[in-house]
Amino acid sequence: MKRIFLASTQPEHGLPDAVVISRICSGDESAMAVLYDRYSRVVYSVALRVLADTGAAEDVLQDVFVQLWRNPAAFDAARGGLMAWLAVITRHRAIDHLRKQRPHEDFSETIIATDATTVSDAERDQALQKVRTIMARMPDDQRSALEMAFFDGLTHTEIAGKTNQPLGTVKTRIRSGLLTLRKAFAA
Amino acid sequence: MNSHEHIEDDLPLYAMGNLGQSDRQRVEDHLAECSECRRELLQLRGDLALVGLSAMGPAPQVRARQRLLTAISQEPRATTQPKAARWWTLVPSALAFALLIASFVLWQQNDAMRQNLAVLHTQIDRNRADAERARQILSVMTAPDAVRVTLVAANTRPQPQGKVIYSARSGSLVFLANNFASVPPGKAYELWLLPSNGGSPIPAGTFNPDAGGNASVLMPPLPKDTVAKAFAITVEPESGSTTPTMPILLSGGA
Repeated sequence: MKRIFLASTQPEHGLPDAVVISRICSGDESAMAVLYDRYSRVVYSVALRVLADTGAAEDVLQDVFVQLWRNPAAFDAARGGLMAWLAVITRHRAIDHLRKQRPHEDFSETIIATDATTVSDAERDQALQKVRTIMARMPDDQRSALEMAFFDGLTHTEIAGKTNQPLGTVKTRIRSGLLTLRKAFAA
Repeated sequence: MNSHEHIEDDLPLYAMGNLGQSDRQRVEDHLAECSECRRELLQLRGDLALVGLSAMGPAPQVRARQRLLTAISQEPRATTQPKAARWWTLVPSALAFALLIASFVLWQQNDAMRQNLAVLHTQIDRNRADAERARQILSVMTAPDAVRVTLVAANTRPQPQGKVIYSARSGSLVFLANNFASVPPGKAYELWLLPSNGGSPIPAGTFNPDAGGNASVLMPPLPKDTVAKAFAITVEPESGSTTPTMPILLSGGA
């Protein structure tokens, strides 16, 4: 299987996220490089999926990590995994970029509850692979509605217009897709 | 229209920020009253993170890494202080999530403990390596077969010699002796620490040289933060003395 994250022989690359974040809190630039190597592909993938523009996605990638450097305490390890947190933060930033809005959300206000907390590269790879498999097996209508809402930032009215489906059906498909994902990921 | 079932289907769109103002307000009104939906909203945000993680794209260009590192090197150093929050935006979220946090306490503790455990493992490994290094040094110094050789100028008769390594801050002392003559039965050499403040000499351990004239005193009980002016050696009863008995056989300034 192709590895998603950069493998490293350097000991600090095996440090838990909370330790790396604490180093960033103390101004350690090399810790930022560790975190970038660990999560830049996830962040960039989300941004590129939303924006479909490599330059804009790179801007969002830059923005997310610079914001984390400026305010690392915004991430609270007790509230959830860093990878999940970054995925949501990046999506919000990219959607704001898409809508040409000013970033509306303070990083520290984003609370994530997920079991996708990982420690090692192998665990991260495994979690990502699992999510992608679940999404690939999800009924097309659920996945499509979910992706239009999440990655394209469309309202249910806009999705209903694109798919010629009733509003209620669109909402139900989005929620059903999320519940399918939750149940399968926890299994 | 604000029934629980209607709101449930709107929650994912609310969590994504995809609702118009009126729908958003309707959901927030309901959330203020419904703990079940507040709990569900928190869970949905986790589910949405998983959707985000399903995005599979190429790695960013190598230049992006350098661009970031250059940017942060020009930023003020990060601090541990969280950015000042806009308090009025925290009020509704604080109210909305206060009860939910309690529900997730066990989950949070588990995750935090997992992270802390990994940190502790790192520290333990480091301490273990340090301890092993110290143990190896001590084992050489105290090994029964250890050979201690004092090199002196050629054609010089070997003289009794003692070496003290002492840390006042921790009150730790290591003493190594060479070429010491044996003492009468019931007697022993005793090492003394002479404090720089003029206080009474402090006993720093007794020793009897082996057949080769070698001996050592390792980590005798000493008070911390006692700065030494000098060290001295006398002959005392085997059980040691509280004050030195003259004459002083060897001495050295610290």
